[in-house]
Amino acid sequence: MTQNPYFFIVIFVGVAVVFPLMPLALAWLWRHFFQPPKPGAQKNATYECGVESMGEAHVQFQSQYYLYCIIFLIFDVEAVFLVPFAVAFTGLPVGAFIAILIFLLLLIEGLVWAWSKGCLSWAREKNVE
Amino acid sequence: MSESIDEGLKNELQKQGIWVTSTQELYNWGRRNSIWPLQFGLACCAIEMIATAASRYDLARFGGEVFRPSPRQADLMIVAGTVTKKMAPQIVRLYNQMPDPKYVISMGACAISGGPFKQGYNVLKGIDRYIPVDVYIPGCPPRPEALLHAFMELQRKIDGQKLTGENKAEHLNRAQPSEFPVPAFGAHDLEPPANPEVFRPPQIERV
Repeated sequence: MTQNPYFFIVIFVGVAVVFPLMPLALAWLWRHFFQPPKPGAQKNATYECGVESMGEAHVQFQSQYYLYCIIFLIFDVEAVFLVPFAVAFTGLPVGAFIAILIFLLLLIEGLVWAWSKGCLSWAREKNVE
Repeated sequence: MSESIDEGLKNELQKQGIWVTSTQELYNWGRRNSIWPLQFGLACCAIEMIATAASRYDLARFGGEVFRPSPRQADLMIVAGTVTKKMAPQIVRLYNQMPDPKYVISMGACAISGGPFKQGYNVLKGIDRYIPVDVYIPGCPPRPEALLHAFMELQRKIDGQKLTGENKAEHLNRAQPSEFPVPAFGAHDLEPPANPEVFRPPQIERV
């Protein structure tokens, strides 16, 4: 018997369709003959922890924490530079000392700027509605 | 349905290697051996419930090990502990969200009647005021063996439920409600204080 080599794929596809459809059909038959569906407002509710959901799901959160993250990151990196600076402090030439002071000044200026912008106060007044 | 098969014939066939069963028996066999409880504890009874599920007492031997964190996947609610009036609406709502068929075990004195805290202003005097309870376990708290016993009693109950006919199981009855009204937290007490559809207090007969 000469068969098309793709015949097995047809069989596989048939099994793949019948296999999931059979339990679905059985479940449908079971529901039809034995167990009546009993939907309800609470049964179909989306939230399921026992507490009623309230408000909209599309709420916006304040994303001001990212400012803390950025400031923390900058000063964390600063600490990485400061440690070798402190270790090699006694042997440093004047130029290197001034360079690191400028580096520190820039960062302190950034901190002052962030502070004056109100980034360090949690839940700023203008965002509270 | 199971009555249609003669027990003697069934045994005889079983000896010959042929296993005869009915849809009802198969259905109940599957249901009673895969009861998934809701992962839900209220007070100290929950500690005993945890012990029952853990390796020493091992509820898994009876098919109840899969504690579900979602009511959508649970068959059994074990009300384990003191039900405060603030918690009662949530319990009823969780019960309502469980799919049918669903069962309730009222575990311990508190869940049955309020127990030692019955006189408390904020303690519900039994969860059976709002939802139908299948098995009650006395004790304060009941030992894990008691919960296992209640579980086996529930399995016995499930095994006896009929699929068709007049006395068929309640969840198969179209008229039987699947949701019960959730009490509201009122000014002084829960409103209503009990669901008259479910709660039938025992009548005292004076002789």
